[in-house]
Amino acid sequence: MQLTQQQQAMLDGAQGKALAKVMKTLVMYGETFGATRMVPVTSDYGHLVTSFGLGVLKPVYALLDEIIADGVVAKQQFSVDPRPLQKGVPVTLLQSLVFRLMYSKQTEYEARLQKLGLMGDDAFTCACYQPETGNTPQQGQVLSWAESSAVVYANSVLGARCNRNSGIIDIFGSIAGFVPEFGLLTDEGRRATWVVELKTTKLPPAQVLGSAIGMKVLEEVPYIRGLTTYLGNELTPAVQDYLKDMGAATASNGAVGLYHVEGLTPEAVQLGDALLAPQTNTYVIDDAELQRVMDSYPCIWKEADAEPKMCFIGCPHLSLSQLQSWTARLEQALQQQGRQKVAIPTVLTAAPAVVKEFEQTPDAARLQATGSVLASICPLMYMNNPLCGKLPIITNSNKLRTYTSARYATDERILAAITQGGALQ
Amino acid sequence: MKVFKGRPVVPGTAQAEALVSSAGFNTLASFQKSLMFGDKKSSCSDQNNAELYQQPMAGKALCMPQTIGSTTGGMVLYCAVEMGQSPACLLFSKPIDSLAAAGAILAGVWSDVPMPTVDSLGDEFLQYVKSGMPVAVAPDGTVTVG
Repeated sequence: MQLTQQQQAMLDGAQGKALAKVMKTLVMYGETFGATRMVPVTSDYGHLVTSFGLGVLKPVYALLDEIIADGVVAKQQFSVDPRPLQKGVPVTLLQSLVFRLMYSKQTEYEARLQKLGLMGDDAFTCACYQPETGNTPQQGQVLSWAESSAVVYANSVLGARCNRNSGIIDIFGSIAGFVPEFGLLTDEGRRATWVVELKTTKLPPAQVLGSAIGMKVLEEVPYIRGLTTYLGNELTPAVQDYLKDMGAATASNGAVGLYHVEGLTPEAVQLGDALLAPQTNTYVIDDAELQRVMDSYPCIWKEADAEPKMCFIGCPHLSLSQLQSWTARLEQALQQQGRQKVAIPTVLTAAPAVVKEFEQTPDAARLQATGSVLASICPLMYMNNPLCGKLPIITNSNKLRTYTSARYATDERILAAITQGGALQ
Repeated sequence: MKVFKGRPVVPGTAQAEALVSSAGFNTLASFQKSLMFGDKKSSCSDQNNAELYQQPMAGKALCMPQTIGSTTGGMVLYCAVEMGQSPACLLFSKPIDSLAAAGAILAGVWSDVPMPTVDSLGDEFLQYVKSGMPVAVAPDGTVTVG
């Protein structure tokens, strides 16, 4: 790799041993993927995937301490994924004890993040690109992020450039101010190698469409035709929400870091079919294919027909308009059932800044009246508690389904389950 | 005995018993429980990986096509190395993915006990190697099986 004088000096230890090791890591990482140079990180803010003070991550804390002790801070402030815990989220005494043991290093870890350059106390969300949080990259900006749902959104919907990095590599790029140029940072790496032809009779659930695409194309770049039939050609807030949820499923059910939607996402609008690689594969998705994908999801509950004990909505974190929409749908469904409150504990999650905005609206009281809980935690980290993971928990998130024992259902089935109770229909 | 030549991502030597995942290896799902509960054998906790589920991974030559799953994967691998619960080496039939690369490189740079890592060993490697076979890794990326 060709380094500039400044980069070579960093690698040689001119700015301390810790920064030299950070550079060495980035250089080796880049060389593994054929990068020939480093390019500046040009986004206003970084974003870290590691937000949890798990006691077992001692090696990570030691690594960060080594960096901090050398007087190193990030060259850009950063947001970070959601916190694992929050008052108000339903837990039993025993679950609470296990949580305290699991995340025993949370306060200390957050102190390290403050020293390194955390944006603020409200910067804990996986959907940092939403305007309320204020970490919204511009098209063409180079990022050093790792959170898979944020990377795929920034690349696809905002047109920013970021590889699908691992945790720790994200903060290293923000510290060095450079990242190795390869993969999704290059024009070549952003060309689509799969054409997805959507031939369904109606708009598919975003989480299922994303799941199907992710499972098929894995880490490759898909170019999706036919979605504008249902979404139109404008990136309205509702369309952005759809693409957020679809993208998160492509990234977790596969390893997609970028997708293009013909006539809709910025690069597809600007470049059209020129985004296609010379050789592409084709994947046709119709109603039967979506059903096949949904039927393939294993249920790993002890009793497959158990009555759900809890529900999570919002992985990735909900937007303001999604919160408003869920409030209205919950109210209506409860009214139809002649109920005042949801039948099982239901937690909706959104970024702290989004929750603050929501609380300024009359909808906040309406949502609270349904008995639902609004929080800013990461449902995945909640499910990582072995006592929680054993419970029959349902979700409308395909990401949560993939990484935990939570069972996926479409919004309609989720709504029925939480307002009627009983087994999932 | 068969010899395969790959690319050393993190060069080093290792001799260990093979543990084979013919499907993508989900790093977080596999190591989550063993790291959390200090299981030094690192029994695989990924219920979706029937070949590896509940198999000890520590000290093995972990053979796989690529890793999959959460982008915390690299960090998890690094922690496994630092906590003495990692495989002896990582052997990939395909070009390494960015998450596994990050984990192997973090261990190589930041740990006293690097984890030799070789990629691009080819599909034939994964078809030939079986769990339990002896595996030797050389610094130039030569992998001897059997």
